[in-house]
Amino acid sequence: MPSSEALSITPNAPYSLPDSRGRYGRFGGRYVPETLMHPLLELEQAYVSAQTDPAFQADLASLREHYIGRPTPLYFAKRFTEHLGGAKVYLKREDLAHTGAHKINNALGQTLLAKRMGKKRVIAETGAGQHGVATATACALLGLECEVYMGTEDMERQKLNVFRMRLLGSKVTPVDSGTKTLKDAINEAMRDWVTNIENTHYVLGTVEGPHPYPQICRDFQKIIGEEARKQIMEQEGRLPDLLIACVGGGSNAIGLFFDFIKDASVKMIGVEAGGHGPETGQHAARFAGGVVGMLHGAMSYVLQDAHGQIMGTHSVSAGLDYPSIGPEHAHWHDIGRVEYTYANDDAALEAFKLISSLEGIIPALESAHAIAHAVKVVPTLSKDQIVIVNMSGRGDKDVPQVSRFLLGGEATL
Amino acid sequence: MNRIDARFELLAAQGDTAFIPYITAGDPTLAMTHKIVLELERAGCDIVELGVPFSDPIADGVVNQEAAQRALKHNVTLHDVVNLVREIRKTSEISIVLFTYYNPILAYGVDTFAKDCASAGVDGVLCVDLPPGEDADYKRALDANGIATIFLAAPTSPPDRIALIAKSSTGFVYYVSRTGVTGERADIATTVQGMVASIKQHTSTPVAVGFGISSPAQAMEVAGYADGVIVGSAIVRLIGKSGESLDTPKMIYEFVKPLVDATKSGATTAKV
Repeated sequence: MPSSEALSITPNAPYSLPDSRGRYGRFGGRYVPETLMHPLLELEQAYVSAQTDPAFQADLASLREHYIGRPTPLYFAKRFTEHLGGAKVYLKREDLAHTGAHKINNALGQTLLAKRMGKKRVIAETGAGQHGVATATACALLGLECEVYMGTEDMERQKLNVFRMRLLGSKVTPVDSGTKTLKDAINEAMRDWVTNIENTHYVLGTVEGPHPYPQICRDFQKIIGEEARKQIMEQEGRLPDLLIACVGGGSNAIGLFFDFIKDASVKMIGVEAGGHGPETGQHAARFAGGVVGMLHGAMSYVLQDAHGQIMGTHSVSAGLDYPSIGPEHAHWHDIGRVEYTYANDDAALEAFKLISSLEGIIPALESAHAIAHAVKVVPTLSKDQIVIVNMSGRGDKDVPQVSRFLLGGEATL
Repeated sequence: MNRIDARFELLAAQGDTAFIPYITAGDPTLAMTHKIVLELERAGCDIVELGVPFSDPIADGVVNQEAAQRALKHNVTLHDVVNLVREIRKTSEISIVLFTYYNPILAYGVDTFAKDCASAGVDGVLCVDLPPGEDADYKRALDANGIATIFLAAPTSPPDRIALIAKSSTGFVYYVSRTGVTGERADIATTVQGMVASIKQHTSTPVAVGFGISSPAQAMEVAGYADGVIVGSAIVRLIGKSGESLDTPKMIYEFVKPLVDATKSGATTAKV
């Protein structure tokens, strides 16, 4: 059992997770083959040193402003708010970041770090393709060789992003093993990394994997919440009541939530992919169907069978289609700081259409899960309450797939 | 005394090196694995590593991945593998090490797993994604049940980690001959002999070398300075080809025998 000390977040004390062993309560850690241990320790040292290096921080700040286009707007969604008839809804517009999703925040930060470490080659995994595109983009910018692993099923449903990565000069390597999705792409990226450790940095795209990855990714993403705090104070003069974000590995959610984690008045909801519904077994709702286990280097909640074999997942959204969840989310779940729920495919597709037609913003299918939960919960809140939904990415990449669903008779416009 | 320790003691007295084959349990079937283990014993192997099939084997190359998939097609579980050892023990005293990933052990329950290993006759466990330092409950449970805890050492391990690995390992230390996943390679890295020597400065526990060894010539070379030679993918590839054919056990015997002989002759040449 976790200690009672780990079970609380004290408002005035510094938030000090992960601990020195890369743990968030009983989650996280560094469960990797020995070959990767020293490289992970080296990465941790390089990251710590970059954090306190003014030159590195200045480069990052400059690229965030002039290349990514930060800060991204915090936009009051007036028609969506009127439609729901409850709390005021703001959208944090990560879809307006360069490359069209929050993924660039981490990819650019880590790629800068790779360059600082003298690595000539960068590899990445990708599900929806957004992290792959972001990493390919950062590598083009910094002149690094880039190879992206992607499951063949995901390549099929995210063809546009495959082309974008190739256009950006990256090699996209199909992964045809296992479930042919994000999980298997991570397996293959880890196999590459363990083999080419000398010259290669692995840019892991979410708050998953062995320590220090969950921390590094969180720290590069927390800018989302830092900006949102400043922006909501400017626009409303007070903190929001509720934050909503979708959770695959959980990087956009942590990015939005982290800066508010000690503000007890701010409620937070992470929305997982319910797929066809957790009761069908075809989903990616780890808190609804998973048990504590270890996948890809971190202890967390994992969808698995009784014998510890990792289960296949299903979601209409490739970016949420993953059997485990970031260890810090697992910790926040256990201590009750963040509520986790899920939205099914159908609800996400409905939300996709709704926000497109009401606000002229086509969301990524991932972000549509957060919108779907807003549709459910906002009407139950009073009009003086404030909700921020993370619009983690734009939906252009999903339009062909959504049109297939709609024209295929599963839904109608 | 643990069978692994007894075996290495005997080999040391003879100036000999252990030959350690790896096969995936349940590939093609558990019954065939049983027969193959008995043939490996007849061929003179000292310790057998039984791979526990796992859905996401990040440390394995394609050959072992495919073997795991074949075994998982008929739902071979960690429980099945432990029970297979129980069956083998009815007629064989060969040392057996389970080569596994951590999540199946977590699902089994670390304490129950350790107890079942002891009662079934498993001699050691190598958990490939559980490095020393992350392993407190696991190490405590296996130690308490007299099961050897074999840890990997790697070319990337600095001296402080080598010391920790050497201290944590019982049975033997498994030195990974190069960075990368399991699978056959054309040559043995030039750094292996030096790394084996540096591990030996920290411990009297035997050091075996694996990852990439597939030919008698390579086995002979490594046998000259290591306490054990591990060959996996080359054997697994052959099992994959031959499948459920009745000739499979005999074919494996014929493939492994020259490897055993080369190991023993490499040891004799170097150590006598």
